[in-house]
Amino acid sequence: MKESIKHLTNHERKHPLDSYLRKGMIPHIWCPGCGNGVILNCFLQALKELHFNLDNLVVVSGIGCMGRISGYINADAFHTTHGRAIPFALGVKLAKPELKVVVFGGDGDLLAIGANHLIQAARRNIELTVILSNNFNYGMTGGQCGPTTPLNAVTTTSPYGNVEHPFNAVYLAAGSGATYVARWTAYHVRNLVDSIKKALLKKGFSFIEVISPCPEIYGRHTKHMNAVEMMKWLKQASIIQNKIDPIKAEITQNIIVVGEFVDKEKPEYTDLIWGKIGKVERTYHKE
Amino acid sequence: MKKPDVLTGEYFVQGNFALAEGAIAAGCRFYSAYPITPASSIAERMALRMPQVGGIFIQLEDEISSLMSVIGASWAGVKAMTATSGPGLSLMVESIGLAIMTETPCVIADMMRGGPSTGQPTKPSQQDVLQVRWAAHGDYEIITLAPYSVQEMFDLTIKAFNLAEKFRVPCFILADEIIAHTREKLVIPEPEKIKTVDRKKPKVPPEEYLPFKPDEDLVPPMSCFGEGYRFYATGLTHDESGHPDMSAKTQRELTSRLCEKIRKNKKEIITVEKYFLDDAETVIIAFGTPARAAKETVKIGREKGLKVGLLRLITVWPFPEEEVAKIVSEAKLIIVPEMNQGQIIREVKAASSTAPIISFPKVGEEPPTPNEILKIIEKNTS
Ligand code: SF4
Repeated sequence: MKESIKHLTNHERKHPLDSYLRKGMIPHIWCPGCGNGVILNCFLQALKELHFNLDNLVVVSGIGCMGRISGYINADAFHTTHGRAIPFALGVKLAKPELKVVVFGGDGDLLAIGANHLIQAARRNIELTVILSNNFNYGMTGGQCGPTTPLNAVTTTSPYGNVEHPFNAVYLAAGSGATYVARWTAYHVRNLVDSIKKALLKKGFSFIEVISPCPEIYGRHTKHMNAVEMMKWLKQASIIQNKIDPIKAEITQNIIVVGEFVDKEKPEYTDLIWGKIGKVERTYHKE
Repeated sequence: MKKPDVLTGEYFVQGNFALAEGAIAAGCRFYSAYPITPASSIAERMALRMPQVGGIFIQLEDEISSLMSVIGASWAGVKAMTATSGPGLSLMVESIGLAIMTETPCVIADMMRGGPSTGQPTKPSQQDVLQVRWAAHGDYEIITLAPYSVQEMFDLTIKAFNLAEKFRVPCFILADEIIAHTREKLVIPEPEKIKTVDRKKPKVPPEEYLPFKPDEDLVPPMSCFGEGYRFYATGLTHDESGHPDMSAKTQRELTSRLCEKIRKNKKEIITVEKYFLDDAETVIIAFGTPARAAKETVKIGREKGLKVGLLRLITVWPFPEEEVAKIVSEAKLIIVPEMNQGQIIREVKAASSTAPIISFPKVGEEPPTPNEILKIIEKNTS
């Protein structure tokens, strides 16, 4: 088996997930060792395991390294402006509720410039799956500090140490009303695939935070670690604690509590809106 | 029995009511907005009416999300709009650029109030006329229609949707607090007499579809989410396949097409009203509320024996250069009343400079009156 793989050129090699990738967009722009590739792989794996019909999927993203993911998936996809993927996705979902709409974004996109949309969408409990790639800094623009950068961390815009306290994204999402909330790291591939599958089937707002290594920028400048060291760090720092209260889902550079924290039921926004429309329409035409 | 969605009949209503009903008649089934004076009564009407006609009304967290959800709904295949006023428009600016770049049909109504900043929420102005043209960064052309009556709030809203769909561009309805809140007669025709336009759909199978490859009219056919085309659209500069391409050639070709698809179709987009222009020596050029006063000025002036006429801009953008240039070259005096410090006059001057062009800016609250305009004419022609 090994022998035959050796003789294949790169061109001839087929990956079992190839048909899930958009033609003409690969190679992707991500740096070697970036966790975004792991997230993409897990997402496609989840689709495969669910036998998901890609014609019913819409992938929406904002700006940043993670923003490019929508281009790589062989489904209807839209690359919006910085922070605005969620309200765009909301418009799509309401207009065509039969579609599954998934939003991808980085910590800058979803927790800084677009944070208001995140909490408002969670509050409404609209059936969207939002997958956050948290790498603790702005990778694409060169390593500036952001809403998840740890206190005192040295970045290109916090050369004397960061003076801001970071968000705990799962606590924020859960507190805002999300009905499915989980956190994994790029090391937890199998758990992440399972969580994405659950999120895709959730009738409500589902939110998954993935702690993602950014070896090229955050690793190099702040943590002084390469890709392999970052993966080892994620493995060592993380503790699986399913079902704990998200307020206790600690996240520091030494301890990263991962697991599935929220999975509950609540009336869903698209259902509520279309339910009202149905009722009003019937009375209106009876009058 | 299913009631018709279009409320055919005669009404005595506010401009904002007419705008909402015009949108419904045009086929709008998605309305998203954030409360703001003087556009809120459009939202209130839509909140009531949208569910009756099987459409969606939502109020979101700000104007940014309002327009973004409109863009999303449009790509899901539904005609969609939002309405706002100055501060809300300022928040929408980046999303307007996205709609232009991704060629998203949608309608944005701007009920102008005094600015900058919070300004005069309950007073009319025309201070956004250049903003709607140039809001987003980058090169593009945009369409803007300026109703001057309650009836036109209805008629031009339908036209705005039709143009947005046909040319795949955000289309503005530019009115002001007076037109928004004035009550006048509105006649809503029978549904079959209302012409509506839908975006072109691709005629090729998904394997052959290039989402940004234009037809001869420079407009690409549009597939929507869930139709099996599996397309990708981005605010980045993109080639015909929709894929990002940072080359100078693609940037040049894309921005040229975004401009040319409007410029080449000006004849279809531009409408003006010519009022007593045949022998006019003094021409008033106006749009929206001041055009109401200007019409009166022409009537009074004519009674006094003055050769006055009005060129009313119904389409403000693309600017009716040719129409204005022709009139300006034949006139002895041009007066441009507008409810700002003098904005559209720049375009009038750019179109021609043969006759003296007098600005009549009026800012604050009251629109120009017929007699004020008349006095300027008399002063400059005697
Ligand atoms: S800069 Fe960081 S986040 Fe961006 S692609 Fe490179 S490694 Fe990934």
